[in-house]
Order: sequence, then structure tokens, then C-alpha cells
Amino acid sequence: MPLKMIVTIKQVPDTQNISGDVMNPDGTVKRSALPAIPNPEDLNALEEAIKIKETRGGAIIAVTMGPPNAVKVLKECLYRGADEVILLSDRRFAGADTLATSYVLKCAVEKISDFDIILCGRQAIDGDTAQVGPQLAEKLKINQLTNILEVIEINDKSITVKRSIGNGYEIVKSKFPVLLTITSQANEPRSPSAKRVMAYKNIDQKMGDDSYDETYMISENLAGNIKEWNVESIDADIALCGLSGSPTKVKKVESVVLTVSDAKQIPNTETGIADLIHELTTQHIIG
Amino acid sequence: MTNYYRDNADILFHFKNMDLTRIITLKEDNFAEKNQYPYAPKDINDALDNYDRVLEIVGEIAGNFVAPRARMVDKTGVTLVDGEVVYPKGTLEAMDRFKKADLSGFLISRKYGGINMPLVAFSAAIEMMARADASTTLVFILQGLPDTIQKFGSEEQKQRLLPRFASGEIYGSMALTEPDAGSDLQSVMLKATQAENGKWLLNGVKRFITNGCQHLSLVLARSEEGTKDARGLSFFIYERDKNMKIRRIEHKLGIQASPTCELQFNNAEAELLGKRKMGLIKYAMFLMNSARLAVAAQAVGIAEAAYREADSYSKERSQFKSPIRTFPAVYEMLIDMKTNIEAARTLLYETSRLVDMKENIENHIELHPEDKTVFKNDLNRYSNYVALFTPMVKNYAAEMSNKVCYDAIQIHGGSGYTKEFNVERFYRDARITSIYEGTTQLQNVAAISGVMAGVAFERLNDYENDNDFGSVEDLFKLSQKLRAHLEVAVSHIKEKDDKEYQKICTNRVVDMTIDIIICYLLRIDAAKSDRKRKVAHVFISKAKFRVKSNLDSILSDDNCVKEFCDDILS
Repeated sequence: MPLKMIVTIKQVPDTQNISGDVMNPDGTVKRSALPAIPNPEDLNALEEAIKIKETRGGAIIAVTMGPPNAVKVLKECLYRGADEVILLSDRRFAGADTLATSYVLKCAVEKISDFDIILCGRQAIDGDTAQVGPQLAEKLKINQLTNILEVIEINDKSITVKRSIGNGYEIVKSKFPVLLTITSQANEPRSPSAKRVMAYKNIDQKMGDDSYDETYMISENLAGNIKEWNVESIDADIALCGLSGSPTKVKKVESVVLTVSDAKQIPNTETGIADLIHELTTQHIIG
Repeated sequence: MTNYYRDNADILFHFKNMDLTRIITLKEDNFAEKNQYPYAPKDINDALDNYDRVLEIVGEIAGNFVAPRARMVDKTGVTLVDGEVVYPKGTLEAMDRFKKADLSGFLISRKYGGINMPLVAFSAAIEMMARADASTTLVFILQGLPDTIQKFGSEEQKQRLLPRFASGEIYGSMALTEPDAGSDLQSVMLKATQAENGKWLLNGVKRFITNGCQHLSLVLARSEEGTKDARGLSFFIYERDKNMKIRRIEHKLGIQASPTCELQFNNAEAELLGKRKMGLIKYAMFLMNSARLAVAAQAVGIAEAAYREADSYSKERSQFKSPIRTFPAVYEMLIDMKTNIEAARTLLYETSRLVDMKENIENHIELHPEDKTVFKNDLNRYSNYVALFTPMVKNYAAEMSNKVCYDAIQIHGGSGYTKEFNVERFYRDARITSIYEGTTQLQNVAAISGVMAGVAFERLNDYENDNDFGSVEDLFKLSQKLRAHLEVAVSHIKEKDDKEYQKICTNRVVDMTIDIIICYLLRIDAAKSDRKRKVAHVFISKAKFRVKSNLDSILSDDNCVKEFCDDILS
């Protein structure tokens, strides 16, 4: 039985290649100065979906919430193997924290319906919260397997994975539907395919297209266009979207400059250790 | 994130400025496939954009995936375990990467599952791959092999084999060389006999076969019993089975990830490719010429890698309280390296385009026989150009690459001689480029007749007629002066009418021709960019002395090398 998989993907500033001139004086990042890329672990999630599709058959729907230019990351998904892509874009989605984001994603997933697996990256390189995946699973009331290092086995009804538990790993199994959050250790995402790039580079974006059909489930069909859904398309409650649906408020942003100083040798004596404890206590590092 | 396409201003310069309109129109047969395949281009700009995007993928894989593995690949090398070749892990991973990115069918038509790229893009792709890892590149390079099947195979063979190449399921090797037939392929002895059921059986040994362990080999074999020359040779498609054994693999100076195999065929069943007796004359020559162009591209890539290492080392390394690149002896080496790489690249792309023209005209005539007379002159012209330019670019790029790698080590000093730095690997890898697919000396033998017959001058006429050199008139005049030198040299040799003397002069005449053609090509580039004008200036200012010196040597009629040869070497 072919599996229906949804991959969530986020457009993020490329914070892994930061240079001095992309930081504002207050320590925030000038987003416009950084190239926008697909969140790296989201590509690991997509890669895992493609591998599952290659062995089990199925279809992959990539979903992102973001401004209109987030179609770029959806194209990256098409270039690598997604069958259908959906952009959730609406001014009313803007300013969302993880709670509002997972709500919007939940509404979109419910519209797509009848899925077997949702694959998310473990966390995004801009916020580093690792919350959206687990929140989405909670809202959908489905199982979640987080921090996945490896997919061990998959059949028509269930999946067995190896997941990190910080100081080790555990092997767990879940029936479908299930949400997975994938780590960068799980795989190395493939490069775009030449044929898919040439086929999809000029794909149309269908504004306000809230239709949904399953023609992409037939493997010979190419995605006809990039669907763009708004609040109405996914039947969302405005109060729970965007800024109004976001309880998180940023109190202060602090620029932390990490400096490396020389290693300090502590003599292995009563006084040496007592001095160290004193120093750590006065600097509020311990106690 | 290092993209070997996006970070190479010179490759980008060429792809921005070269005119591929005619090649694309022929290659895409007026965009006949635009509604048939979603990845077929709709017009010229769409095709150019496709090339750009495909090269970007290659550049990304080369820079981010292949390059970081290269050192380990070189260290591990290939091994032969129980008669089977074991590739380094990094090479296998790279092969998987190409396959998933649809790069295995680079030159194969869409109807057989490929992406139908022109050779000029293939040359750029090889160059980027070789900059990352010259030995892993050899798997990628061997795409000339399915191209040979595409050109000469039967429809049934094409349908059966090409999709398997395009999907990356199989790779191939070209099995030409034998223990006693290296440069002299006419004396190939491996026997092909036809059994009563019509099937061909191969018996004998092939040696120095790059990737000979792969699934499919194109084998040059003697099908006509009792013959001793090229007319008794045919070309065979052999798919691996238990009747071919890998006897050994060579332990080599460089290209460690590439298995160089000795193959023993024992009644191995094979099928004929094309017509009997045309094996060497037509099919192996085609394959070898495409491999020569590929080796030239590989050589440029290795040189690019070596230059970049030398360039950055020269900025970091200080002696006498200054970075070493501030010393004339060092920066002159760097300028020569960079200039000669760009010289080789412009010759490489020019040659690739000439081959593209010739091949696509031939394809066009096959599809539209009614156009045969219209294209007759062009086909003739481009065939002559290809026959001259292919050995010239192989000569120049390979020799240039060796010199650039030599200088890259020189700039590193003692450090460059150690395994701590990459330049020693480049030096070892570059060394083969002036040997395999025909030594530099044999390239000159292949090129000389074209020069003597005036083909080079015909092409120089094209350059003079098709370009406006108003903005670079000084360089134009200098190049014309050098051309006059070559004309003098050629007529002097002709007047002398001494075959032996012509042989002695061969290397000098071909070197002169290469220098002059490059002067013209760089001058064409110079009209499009101020920086290129300076590159052309430096190249021409050095080439003029070489050309003059070669001319003086030819005019001297000095035959001392031949006369004293026996006495000195005895």
C-alpha cells in the first residue's frame, strides 16, 4: 500500500554562514542580508520521506507556512522528490510563534487528511525551539516519535525507529498515523535532480487556490502548480493564527559575545578547590 | 557551501558570453520535444537556463560532496579482493549522488532517459568534478561510452542499454589497449570469432583498462582472421559475465580511486557494435576523441584546484616579513598559472563547441536527410576542425596542468612536497593526463596534418571574419603577426619536401599553432571584458617569444638531433 506522507518545511535565514555585517547592533539578525534556505533538518525530513517512498511507494506533500517568497523552499522540495507542494501564506498568519504555527499547520494537515506519516525536521536553525513538530502531533492527537537517528523498519501499518534520548538511544515502534521529527544524523539529503529542476523551475504559483485533489498520488503526474492556501482555505480561526494566536512575547534580545580565554590550571589542593568554588559562587555560575 | 560553478568567475564568463544558438537549435531539433518531456527546453533561453541550472547542481556536488572526500579516497585507493574491484567509499557515494541527481545520462537523449546536454556543458562539468577529485571523476567521464552506443548502436541496442546508463544502473569502460598494443592500436590481437549460431566470442587480454570492472565494456577486437592492421578490427559490446576475469589492477602514481584493470576474456560472448572492420577506424576513434576532450577538461580541473591552493598559500605564507606572493618570482608563477588555465579553458570550450557542431549537424542530417546538401560544407569544415582541435586541446591542457601542479608545489616549498597539503595529490593526478588517451607526442602526430593542410588557417580566417576587434586592435595586430610566422614555418617545411624533417618539426609546428589559436581566442574574449584584455596581453606577450623561437628553429634547418642521435645515445 502506498504511503501518504506530509513533510513540513521552513524557510530560514542561512545562520550557518553568518559573517560580521549581517548582525544588527542590538544582536538581532538582518534577515534580508542572509540568503533564505530550507531549514537543514527539514531537508533531512524530506530525504527520509523520499527514501520511504523509494522502498515502499507513496506520495510526498511538502507544506510550508511563510511569506510568498517561501515558494523557493517548496521548489527545493519539488527538485528533490516532493509530489505536491502547498504554501500557507496569508498576512493573518504573520508574527506566529510555535503555538500559532502548529495550529495553522494542523488546519492544513486536516484539510489534506488521510495521511500516514508527518515528517518534520527536529528543529529550525533560526529559533532552535524544536516545538512545532511535537505541538502539531498533540493538536492532531497522534503519536509522535522525536529526535530520530534512523528509520529501522517500515511496513503498511507501522514504523520502527531509533531515537536519541540524549545520553543514548532507544528503539521504538508506532502505528500510523504518526509524526516523526528527524535529526541531521538520520541521512544526508540528496542534491536536486537535474530533470526535476528543469521540469519545475518555471512552475506556476496558483494564488488563493484552495482546491485540493489527489492527482499527485498517481506517480506519472507532475505537480501542476504550487498551491497557495490562506486562512479561509484551511478553515482556520483567526484568533488562533499569527500574532493574535501567539502567547510568546520577546522581552529582550541580548547580544552575547563569546570570548575564549586561556585554560586555567586549578591546583589539586584543598585551597585550590575552595578558591574555585568561591569564584563560581560569586559569579553565580553555581549556587 | 562551496559551489564549484558559482565560485568560478571564468566558467561563468564563458557561459554568459558564448553563443550557443546554432548548437541548441540543432540539438533540440527546433524544440521538437518541448511538449513531450516536462524537462525539455521551450526556446534558446530556456535551454541556456537549463544548462546553467544543471551546472549549478554539478558544482554543488563537486564542491560540497566530492571535494571533502577526495583526500580519503586518494588514501584508500582501489583494491582487488577475490577477483573483484573494491572502490573507496567516497567514490561509491559520489556515484550514488550523480545517479540521484540524474547526472548519469548527461549526454544521452531524452528518449533514452538522459538529459541531452551539449558537450560544452559536459566539459565544464568534468572540469568541476576533476577540481574536486580527479580520480572519482573518471567514472563520470566515461559517459562518452554510452554516447558511442548512441551514435553507432542499433535501435534495439540503444533501447536496451542506454536507459540503464542514464539511470546510473550501469557504467562502462573502453577496452582498447593490450600489452603489445598501446599507442599502436592497429596491432590489437584480442580475438573475436563468430560461432555457428552467429554469436561472437572474445578471447585474449586487455590491459590498462580504466574501470574495466564495470558492467559493460566496449572491446576492440580482431574479427578478421589473418589480418594484421586496422581493417581487421571490429568493436564489440560486452556485458560482464563469468567469462571475463580481472587478472590484476595496477598500482599507480595517482588517480588512486580509478581501477586500471587487466582483463582476460575466455570465450566471452559479445555483440557487434556497428559494422565489421570499422572498429578502430570509426568507432574507437570516435570514443577516443571524446575521451581526449574529457581528459583535457579533467586536466583543466586539476590545474584549477592546484592554482587555488597555491594562490591562497602565497597569501598566508610570510617570509622576509612579507607574504611570499609579493615577490616577483612568486607572483609571476601565479600569473602564468592563472593565464594558462584560462588559455586552456577557452581552447577547451571552443573545441567542445566545434564537436557539438559536428555531432549535431550529423544528427540533423540523419533526422532530416533532405538537408544533407545544405549542411555538406559545414559538416566537412567542422569535421576538419574537430580532427585538429581535439588533439591540440588534449596536448595543451595536459601539459599546462602538469606545469601548474609543478609550480603549485614550488610555491608551497617543502610543505608542498608533504602529504599534509593537497598539491602533491594534484601533481600525481595530473601526471596521467599527458599520457592516457594518447601521449602528447601522439596528439601532435594527429594534429600536424591538419596544420599542414591549412585547416588551422581556415579557422583563423573564421575568427578574423566573424569578430569585431576594434576595441582590441593592438592585440589583433600582434596575433596576426604570429599567424604570419606560422605561415612562413609551414611553407618552409613544404618547400623543403623532406618527410623526416617534417617529423622533427612536428612538435614545434603544433606548439606554434596552439599558441596562435589561443592568442586569437583570448583576443575574442578580450573584446568582452577588460580583465580578459589583460589576460590576453600577458599570454600574447609570452607566446610571441615562444612562437618566434619555434620559427627560428624550423628555419634553421638544423638537423643535429637526428644526425648525432646514435652517437650521443650509444
